[in-house]
Amino acid sequence: MADVALRNIVKRFDEVEAVRGIDLHIPDKEFVVLVGPSGCGKSTTLRMIAGLEEASDGEIYIDGALVNDVPPKDRDIAMVFQNYALYPHMTVFENMSFGLRLRRAPRAQIRERVEHAARILDIMDLLDRRPKQLSGGQRQRVAMGRAIVRNPKVFLFDEPLSNLDAKLRVQMRTEIKRVHQKVRTTTVYVTHDQVEAMTLADRVVVMNSGRIEQIGTPQELYHTPRTRFVAGFIGSPAMNFVPCRLEHNGSGLAVRLTDTLSFSVPASRSARYQPHAGKALLFGLRPEHITDPRYERSELRPFSVTLDVVEPMGMETVVYFKLDGIEVCGRVEPSSVSAAGQPMRLSADLNQMHLIDPQTDLVL
Amino acid sequence: MTATTIGAVGPRRGFRGSLTRNRRWALILSYVFLIMFAVFFLAPPYYMIVTSLKTNVEVAHLSSNPWFIADGVTLEHYLDLITKTLFPTFFKNTIIVTLCSVAITMVVSILAAFSLARMRFWGSGVFATGIFLTYLIPESLLFIPLFQIVRSIGLLDSYWSMVLVFPMLTVPFCTWIMIGYFSSIPKELDEAALIDGAGYLQLLWKIFIPVALPGIIAATIFAFTVSWSDFIYPMAFLYSGDQQVLTVGTVTSLIRGDVYEWGMLMAGALLAAAPPLVVYAFLMDYYIAGLTSGATKG
Repeated sequence: MADVALRNIVKRFDEVEAVRGIDLHIPDKEFVVLVGPSGCGKSTTLRMIAGLEEASDGEIYIDGALVNDVPPKDRDIAMVFQNYALYPHMTVFENMSFGLRLRRAPRAQIRERVEHAARILDIMDLLDRRPKQLSGGQRQRVAMGRAIVRNPKVFLFDEPLSNLDAKLRVQMRTEIKRVHQKVRTTTVYVTHDQVEAMTLADRVVVMNSGRIEQIGTPQELYHTPRTRFVAGFIGSPAMNFVPCRLEHNGSGLAVRLTDTLSFSVPASRSARYQPHAGKALLFGLRPEHITDPRYERSELRPFSVTLDVVEPMGMETVVYFKLDGIEVCGRVEPSSVSAAGQPMRLSADLNQMHLIDPQTDLVL
Repeated sequence: MTATTIGAVGPRRGFRGSLTRNRRWALILSYVFLIMFAVFFLAPPYYMIVTSLKTNVEVAHLSSNPWFIADGVTLEHYLDLITKTLFPTFFKNTIIVTLCSVAITMVVSILAAFSLARMRFWGSGVFATGIFLTYLIPESLLFIPLFQIVRSIGLLDSYWSMVLVFPMLTVPFCTWIMIGYFSSIPKELDEAALIDGAGYLQLLWKIFIPVALPGIIAATIFAFTVSWSDFIYPMAFLYSGDQQVLTVGTVTSLIRGDVYEWGMLMAGALLAAAPPLVVYAFLMDYYIAGLTSGATKG
């Protein structure tokens, strides 16, 4: 059992509160991703779990034991850094075995563990090389190997893929997922990339300005965000937000986006939104739910726009248009797109709509 | 019908030609200055070698050519220096003083630089600046108070006093060099080592010293040079022949009044210059290898 529990963790740097009261429980073997923009406190939180930063307030538990005053080497954790942090004067074998050598493990055990980790990561033929002779992806594998060899209770990853190019990042993401499936260890992973968070995590913790905005599975965060921040942060391209007014429309409700564009709210949502009728709200809809009218479905509302910018992505095309000056984007079939400046008929899947109260930034 | 090749561009001869011409001029100028530099700096050692191999008669002869040996090569100055003077004693004393001073300097400087560069504690910034500022005090201002101190501890006229005094000159600058090198090592390396289980001394010995080796070698070279070639403190604190070091001993024993034993002086200077040359030649390979192989990222 190696769960991690943070209770009301606070971190202050002089007058600045980088982390403001984090409560989080990570069960054994779970892969949790802390995601958020730069400066949100995710790396600081990770470093407090590692013991590299001292918590100003609150308690940190690893495997049921309070570790606030326990040095990093005694917390039984292993960390993979953004800059790999490989020892440049040591070979790959020496890098991976450094922790075991410090603990005076028997040579046979060291060799066995290093080779086992090297086989998992497919770096057996790199053991005699030095970090300078390795590519970025190979260095990252060695860094992971150094962590695996220690057989720790908790793995900590601090933006390990940020320094890699886009293609390698995708490759290494899969590698990390594969390794986690083989080496089932509690993992806390920090990233600013929401795609990494969604693809890797069992659960995602979205952070903003030192606080937790929402915790949930990737699907929960995607389909039922609780705040405007989470709704806008998860998903790429980001969710569209358009100011609207919620109006009565006969026996139902409608969201008016512009003088000429109004959508009827699906009946399944009327009860939820009824108390807010007449208010100025924010209409949220993901680009993938604004598409070309391919099928006849009652929840798809067709509307016409003039295209502003067209971005062909290969398997789909992202189109940008304006609604009363607000830029909105949708994702359509490449074959159905005309050029920028041309009119186009689109449809909005209102079963996926969100309404946000601009006063509280909460999703209704 | 001839096919028209669109987009094919012939070699830009004008550009390539001017580049070669510019490069040729740059090379010519570089060689001119390098030759002037080499002549300027190698002329005195050459003069010393030639003079040390001339007979006393030829050296004393005012009309002899100072750059060439006319009357035959002789090794008598070297033999006389080694057998008839205290030069071997001076050499031995200098080696003892230099090795001890360099060892003390490196131990103190490395520990000081590591703690100032890496371990956050109250006043570390002030300490680091203060260490460097002490280096700015000219050594000639300090030998009167140092004389009092050395005399009070009973080390006057003993070469062991140099072992206490030279680190005072070398530690500030060596610490300052190594603070710079240690600061350039990414903090993630410390953190990775701490998580792996290293204590601070293990971190220093197993990570920092190997990674910062070029800086350590540069500091060692500096400390060696200062300890080997210092003149003012040995002159002020050492009087007896058997306690002298090379710099002062060679001069005081071979210049008697207005009589200069030029042949032995030159031989002595050359023999005294040999160990630093060997040390530089040996360490520079490691220094350059350390600069090129020490990739601190990854």
